[in-house]
Amino acid sequence: MNHTYKKIPMPIRYLINTALIALLLYAGNAVISSGITNRAQSSLVLQVGIYIILAVSLNIVTGYLGQLPLGHAGFMAVGAYTCGIFWKSAAGSALPAPAAIVIGLVLAGIMAAIFGVIIGVPALRLKGDYLAIITLGFGEIIRILIINLSGITGGTPGLMNIPKRSSFLVVYLAVAISCIAIHMVMKSRHGRAILSIRENEIAAESCGIHITYYKVFAFALSAFFAGIAGGLYAGYQGLLTPSGFDFMTSINILVMVVLGGMGSMAGSVIAATVLTSLPLALQSLNTFRMVIYSVLLVIIMIFKPSGLMGTYDFSLSHLLEKLLNIRQPRENSPAQTADKKAGKRNG
Amino acid sequence: MDKMAWMPSNALIPERDLQKLPILDIRHLGIDFGGLTAVDDFNLTIGRTEIAGLIGPNGAGKTTVFNLLTNVYAPTRGSILLDGRSTAGKKTYQLNKMGIARTFQNIRLFKALTVEENVQIGLHNAMRYSVGDSILRLPAYWKQEKQAHEQALELLSIFDMRDMASWKAGSLPYGAQRRLEIVRALATQPGILLLDEPAAGMNPSETAELMDNIRKIRDTFQIAIMLIEHDMNLVMGICEGIAVLNYGSIIAKGTPQEIKQNPVVIEAYLGKKGGAQA
Ligand SMILES: Nc1ncnc2c1ncn2[C@@H]1O[C@H](COP(=O)(O)OP(=O)(O)OP(=O)(O)O)[C@@H](O)[C@H]1O
Ligand SMILES: [Mg+2]
Repeated sequence: MNHTYKKIPMPIRYLINTALIALLLYAGNAVISSGITNRAQSSLVLQVGIYIILAVSLNIVTGYLGQLPLGHAGFMAVGAYTCGIFWKSAAGSALPAPAAIVIGLVLAGIMAAIFGVIIGVPALRLKGDYLAIITLGFGEIIRILIINLSGITGGTPGLMNIPKRSSFLVVYLAVAISCIAIHMVMKSRHGRAILSIRENEIAAESCGIHITYYKVFAFALSAFFAGIAGGLYAGYQGLLTPSGFDFMTSINILVMVVLGGMGSMAGSVIAATVLTSLPLALQSLNTFRMVIYSVLLVIIMIFKPSGLMGTYDFSLSHLLEKLLNIRQPRENSPAQTADKKAGKRNG
Repeated sequence: MDKMAWMPSNALIPERDLQKLPILDIRHLGIDFGGLTAVDDFNLTIGRTEIAGLIGPNGAGKTTVFNLLTNVYAPTRGSILLDGRSTAGKKTYQLNKMGIARTFQNIRLFKALTVEENVQIGLHNAMRYSVGDSILRLPAYWKQEKQAHEQALELLSIFDMRDMASWKAGSLPYGAQRRLEIVRALATQPGILLLDEPAAGMNPSETAELMDNIRKIRDTFQIAIMLIEHDMNLVMGICEGIAVLNYGSIIAKGTPQEIKQNPVVIEAYLGKKGGAQA
């Protein structure tokens, strides 16, 4: 090792990323306010944002923790109704709009996280198929509760006249904050604890990791952001009906995560964007949407079972570092001989 | 409490550990799997800086003893005092916090994570910063992460694995995977380290190096080490006390010299198999 690998220091990385986020916000705002886009396109952008948060948050439990829950739409519903009811009742009050937006979304997240803990504690004692079935049941229970608590939720006809507060700016900031917060948690001792459970539960526990705590924590964190996405959805639709949170919604989100690559945030973002945009892009083929979905899924699962991105996560800083060091390959790739030796024997 | 009263009968404690509370005091430990008694009336005391060996034929119950000591299986009978405190009813992760760490016979690394991340997971409880600290990247996060990074590299350098820090654990050669498991266990700052066949699959030169390193670990960290091993050169070379297990029961205890000459042990090892490798 004569040459040292040039690295971009942390503060500069953060600066680069902040600049990128600001630039995207500016560009997005400019495009939307310029009137180039039609109504369908600008509302699609909001929908994409909401699904990005849903996919990225589900990825915490499926990708990072390694469990398979089927009730993500349930948490979304809890957040949506919490936020919808709050915004409706705050509409007449003196509360300034930005404050109402923030409080509504945070409340949505907290409420969903509480449900996450309530369902997580019993569900996470179970594994695999059992966890899937319990969470599936939970999603349905939430939907039926919403139908029956019609005094609060508006029942089957729905919760109407919710102020449409999910502007591009609000959704964009929520997406950015959610992704950054999840990223920051995952790159910490808490995130590593979650990953260690996915990798090997027994080893994790013998390293002093409190398995149950971190499972429930991951579940609650995932529910929190699903709740925020639900809140945004309420302010985007202006109308909430229980049928918007059925089993198929949970499956759609799961499809995004699996397609993008379990454990890859970039994968979730890309898959959520592509799959949400697909119907509009293929408007004429809309009836075949589900067929295309399924065919796409089958093809990807056959040729790339780990999803589009695998567990790879895109990082602009790493890309820049690679460019800086173009003449010096990074010395972290394990020697091929090492792999051969490792194959000789197994535990 | 009359600590000294029971010591002579159970203990293999080297001189330097006399008069000190043993790190591990196991009494009448036993477990049944359905009808099968896998371990029975297991009594052993391990001194604070002792290197102890647990040997015995395949299926004797050695790994089961480790699983009992870490409460992976709850004992059917008996009691365990770890550093003077009872381990009954404790969870595996709590026992780790209380000072017991282990490696596994069939390697259990966090394969998709890097070598450094594996060690940092061992350092999890040495760090204290909260979820809020990590989301907002507050000073507590930076300070403790930096410490953990340095500590991880330092621990890896015991086995000359510093340069492999950014490798994926699953891509390490077999011997290095075993060494990484030891480093990860060591990162949890245990009072006693349980090693389940640490030399399995290593070549003679790797094994010799491992022996030096096990001694070095004991000397630097001043901890006890209990190891299961089939390689008799290693066991006789570094263990100060040895217990021999056969069909779940201890059939002999003593120094390497005593064990080598014990007719019951020779019978258990050679009698049935007729010329097992030393
Ligand atoms: N969970 C379990 N359920 C039932 N029987 C078990 C269980 N774990 C271990 N046993 C049995 O207990 C006995 C002891 O097994 P153990 O793995 O402790 O042996 P060992 O001494 O470590 O052997 P080796 O040298 O092959 O590793 C074996 O007969 C094994 O089949
Ligand atoms: Mg064993």
